[in-house]
Amino acid sequence: MATTAELDAPTRPTDAFREEVRGWIAENFPASLKNAGNAMATIEGPVDESADEKAWREAMGKKGWGVPTWPKQYGGGGLSPAEARVLNDELGRAGAYNPIGGMGVMMFGPTLLEFGTEEQKQKYIPDIAMSNIRWCQGYSEPGAGSDLASLQTFAEDKGDHYVVNGQKTWTSGGQWADKCFALVRTDKTQKHAGISFLLIDMDSDGVDVKPINLISGFSPFCETFFTDVKVPKENLVGQEGQGWSIGTRLLQHERNSLSGGGSSARMNAGEGVADIAKKYRGTDDKGGIADADLRTRIIKHEMDKRAFALTLRRAALDAKSNQGPSAATSIMKNVGARITQDRAELGVEIMGMNGLGWEGEGFSPEELNQTRVWLWGKAVSIYGGSTEIQNNVIAKRILGMLDHQ
Amino acid sequence: MAVLNEEQTMLRDMAREWADNETPVTAFRKMRNAAPAEGYNTEAWSEIGQMGWGGIVVPEQYGGSEFGYLSLGLVVEQLGRNLAASPLASVGPAASAIVMGSSDAAKTAWLGKIAAGEAVATLAIDEGPHHDLSKIKTSVAGGKITGTKEFVAEGDSADVFVVAANDGLYVVAKGDGVVCNTRKMADARSHAQIVFDGASAEKLGGTDLTQAIVDRATAVLCAEMLGMAEQAFSVTNDYLKTRVQFGQPLSTFQALQHRMAKMFTEIELMRSVVEAALEAIDSGRSDIDQAVSLAKAVGGDTLKLVSREMVQLHGGIGMTDEHDAGFYLKRAAVLETMWGNASYHRERFARLNDF
Repeated sequence: MATTAELDAPTRPTDAFREEVRGWIAENFPASLKNAGNAMATIEGPVDESADEKAWREAMGKKGWGVPTWPKQYGGGGLSPAEARVLNDELGRAGAYNPIGGMGVMMFGPTLLEFGTEEQKQKYIPDIAMSNIRWCQGYSEPGAGSDLASLQTFAEDKGDHYVVNGQKTWTSGGQWADKCFALVRTDKTQKHAGISFLLIDMDSDGVDVKPINLISGFSPFCETFFTDVKVPKENLVGQEGQGWSIGTRLLQHERNSLSGGGSSARMNAGEGVADIAKKYRGTDDKGGIADADLRTRIIKHEMDKRAFALTLRRAALDAKSNQGPSAATSIMKNVGARITQDRAELGVEIMGMNGLGWEGEGFSPEELNQTRVWLWGKAVSIYGGSTEIQNNVIAKRILGMLDHQ
Repeated sequence: MAVLNEEQTMLRDMAREWADNETPVTAFRKMRNAAPAEGYNTEAWSEIGQMGWGGIVVPEQYGGSEFGYLSLGLVVEQLGRNLAASPLASVGPAASAIVMGSSDAAKTAWLGKIAAGEAVATLAIDEGPHHDLSKIKTSVAGGKITGTKEFVAEGDSADVFVVAANDGLYVVAKGDGVVCNTRKMADARSHAQIVFDGASAEKLGGTDLTQAIVDRATAVLCAEMLGMAEQAFSVTNDYLKTRVQFGQPLSTFQALQHRMAKMFTEIELMRSVVEAALEAIDSGRSDIDQAVSLAKAVGGDTLKLVSREMVQLHGGIGMTDEHDAGFYLKRAAVLETMWGNASYHRERFARLNDF
């Protein structure tokens, strides 16, 4: 019977492998970075890398262990999933982190490995494995959000190249990206079948990027304008018209990363909400949170969080035992978003006016952070397929409910 | 679905097939209409006995299979899907009380019979309409037990009772000093007031054992609730696909699709917490109490949602006795209350976590 105990069991891939990993980390991980967390993984921001951070990124990159299960010939680690778990365990044990990340790793790389030509894989994957270049995603448009397939950005066939015209929006990290994987229209007469998957250099002539200022005061997203941008034909992934199936496959990678170890997990980390509530609202004579109504909602939230963690574990065990992808994976995005947002709402409520500070004097760093986290968190149920779209997917694909005619 | 070993997979599949063939909901309806004194389907129970399910948590030396609580849960879940009226969910935890208890005489006297389905054992714990171990007044003096237990499941037919007194858990055989007063309830299953008036009682253990057994009973109950939630959901989903209004199946209306997607989501979470509680018992974890309270609170809320939506989404037909929706609704409400409702378990979970 597979239980947590088995998940945690230090056996299987061999103890020799574990020893090797442990030794390599001890040799290569700079002590100054211990428990520092991974600044590179925070939302697509510009990062000033310290010398130690750079050394660690390059060491992991060269070893291929930033993308441990990708094939060795493209710069991956060539490890089995079980070995990758050992690596992950050992990184955690050493207080280290995986410095290789971003959308290239989470989304584009796995998709290119599946659909790319040999030349494309050799050209792009090693740089992703080293985190040498940054990728951004060109999917949404002003008129194509949830109804993504109505996108209009057009790639006109000019023989040996395309000329791209149109506008993308919600381009995460567009202002810092080197390259963009984009869905473009190559055929105006068909909706889904007229879409192609194209790789565009962000420094091409005619690419213009404008950051979007969000309610949280951050600008992690951009509007990206394409005006007569020349793109070589060799940058097409798959066939013309195959973009929709490639693009939706990529979204599965995105959803997995958003619900699992992605930003929601990080936002939930830290001091327990019950402890914060006791600090701000005081305790009753039994030592419980003084505000009874708030306390009940905190309990419900904590139970929801626990149930979600158990569901993630169950899905992982299912995947491991080759029972096929668990139906449980389809609910992850919505539940993860709900928990992130509930947590942020509770945080603001608990801190009262102090939880709504914008900047400057009079607020602790935690309080100022709470405000921004709360506002940013509103995006979680919108990006990567909104909660409503996820519900459509569950209803149609899993429950077999049909479209309204 | 938890990762099951071969024996558990076989057991689950067998239980599912058996429940579909031998105890469809029509069998429950027949039992409800015939209203036998036992309050359960006696034919089905005798088959369950022959299959050895009464001994799933009983050690092999006493004639059981000792598969454990996840296995018992898998079987009870399958029975729950069809509302199979059987005492199994009471028998298992009551047998555990004797197994875990300190009386060798009780082990010898009862475990073999329980494992073979020849004796019905049940728990007599609560003394009021709400689960509360702190309000137990039943007491034992000179080996004689005195007190009144309320809403004892399978009380009508039980041969042996595992009884909570103020100083711990006792085993009491039906007979002199034991009086059963039937309580007819909405779910048409067996519930009874049991009056102990100086009946002979043998001690099994202290109040820690009482709590441990109630946790086991609660986890098994959660498995029954899981089966019910899944089936209530599935029947509703099928109905929405066949019922046509405004020229279209109801299942094409997005307002209904999203309600179904929400329920599906909650049931997936419920499955995780229920299986985790059963696994916690089997692996002897130190936080069984938390795992069980999590399962009952989340499971209780989810079954409540699904069973109420089952009626609403069926519309008028769901209000009729002719339809099964009412059976799920009524049984759900009883199980939500038994061994503490969601509110009780949220409070317990909070205390255990120092909230």
